[in-house]
Amino acid sequence: MAYSDKVIDHYENPRNVGTFKTEADVDSSEVGMGLVGAPACGDVMRLEIRVKDGLIADAKFKTFGCGSAIASSSLATEMIKGMTLDQAAQITNTTIVEELNLPPVKIHCSVLAEDAIKAAIEDYKKKQAK
Amino acid sequence: MCAAATSKIEVTVPEGVKLPIFMDNHSTTAVDLRVVHAMLPFFTNHYGNAASRNHVFGWTAEAAVENARGQIAALLGGDAKEIVFTSGATEANNLAIKGVASFYKKQGNHIITVETEHKSILDTCKRLERDGYEVTYLTPQKDGLVTPEMITSVMTDKTILVSIMLANNEVGVVQDVNAIGAAIKAKNPKTLFHTDAVQGVGKVPFDVEKAKVDLVSVTAHKMYGPKGIGALWVRRKPRVRIDPIIDGGGHERGMRSGTLPVPMIVGFGKAAEIAKAEMADEAVHLKALRDRLYNGITSKLTETYVNGSMEHRLPGNLNISFAFVEGESLLMALKDVAVSSGSACTSASLEPSYVLRALGAGDDLAHSSIRFGIGRFNSEAEIDYVVDLVVKSVERLRTLSPLWEMHQDGIDISTIQWTPH
Repeated sequence: MAYSDKVIDHYENPRNVGTFKTEADVDSSEVGMGLVGAPACGDVMRLEIRVKDGLIADAKFKTFGCGSAIASSSLATEMIKGMTLDQAAQITNTTIVEELNLPPVKIHCSVLAEDAIKAAIEDYKKKQAK
Repeated sequence: MCAAATSKIEVTVPEGVKLPIFMDNHSTTAVDLRVVHAMLPFFTNHYGNAASRNHVFGWTAEAAVENARGQIAALLGGDAKEIVFTSGATEANNLAIKGVASFYKKQGNHIITVETEHKSILDTCKRLERDGYEVTYLTPQKDGLVTPEMITSVMTDKTILVSIMLANNEVGVVQDVNAIGAAIKAKNPKTLFHTDAVQGVGKVPFDVEKAKVDLVSVTAHKMYGPKGIGALWVRRKPRVRIDPIIDGGGHERGMRSGTLPVPMIVGFGKAAEIAKAEMADEAVHLKALRDRLYNGITSKLTETYVNGSMEHRLPGNLNISFAFVEGESLLMALKDVAVSSGSACTSASLEPSYVLRALGAGDDLAHSSIRFGIGRFNSEAEIDYVVDLVVKSVERLRTLSPLWEMHQDGIDISTIQWTPH
């Protein structure tokens, strides 16, 4: 199966890899983390958002998964930067599928990325509610 | 802290190495040029039908086929008259199992095989189950081996056939077929023993008499011969009977009708002859390359796991899991090296390798597995390039992996409540 150029680009040069945990200047209350998938299924995504003044100021990810899963999560971090939480929550997997030209067999990678965004937002909101 | 780069890695290609590199010799092999040269005259000059009995074209073709039969039989330790040509090993496996099941159905309806067999065995058995046969699928040991006792303990007086492969196509584990054959025959001499010897013949010592087998499936394209030709060896003394699954002109003593593809058969014969002559030296060469690959990788990477027994293994096989890295993403990094993975993402079914699961590898390690199949035409320089590329790619993918980070932080990922999807 051939990968699209965009998948290859994100796979070879993934954007926003990492975690805010190890960054001293980041207050953990500003961070929301989504961890989705399962090792037994062959993909796990961890997406973190850093929220400032209601906007996603920064995002980071790490992914265990195929090239399309890595590309989907890398793209997701790019897309949500600068968005409000509501805007980010409205991103659906189809946007990711179209942007990366994912074949049908890889659609679950985009679904996982959507889930990761939603889980990160959820986590952030939970922290704020406390 | 010096972390590995998260972006594309650079690996120098050593002098003399041409990309892409083929290191997937369990899937198929290049045709040896000596084989090609043996085949060519049978396309252009000696193109007769081996079944034509009344002219020189037919006689020449028939003589070439009989010569090839002898070459293949010699590799197996059997007689030329016991070779039945088929289109390949899938057909040979179908013919062996369905042919025996049909012919001996009055004697019994029980078949024994193993969960790690090739799909052409397993799916054939599944079909027979729908037709009223009973099949026992043994789970091998964690190292992939099946013991004689595992087989004899499930044999009944209804067991007509036991089918155990010589060497596994994914993990390269070589079964002790000699001990297995002896145990089967000691328990019940009437129970037939079939082995799918596709991956093992020409790679490791094998002899039909020592293994006490009744039927053996082989194919040319795994031993540097052409694709599209295989054979089923069927014992004549004592005579083993099979019902054909293809009817027609009565070729191959009625067991497999159809015009013989003479050039392919000539190539198969030549490939078998070369394998017999060179197997011992080649095994030393392949094992040296395999060990170089294994040592190169494991000296630089931690958390790697070899799947299946290292001791009872084809000399050219290495099946290894790189924990916390998904197999298909690694294949993507190894795009100039042809290897394969047990990851779900590389299969049409989206299920991880059933062979690795049967070995109890755990789904996460099955997803992380890569199969290297080293063959006759691989070089030391290629191995060194692959080691370098694999090590750097795994290091890079681990910097992207949340599971690797958790592992580094001392978190046991098996204790986390995951949400399977």
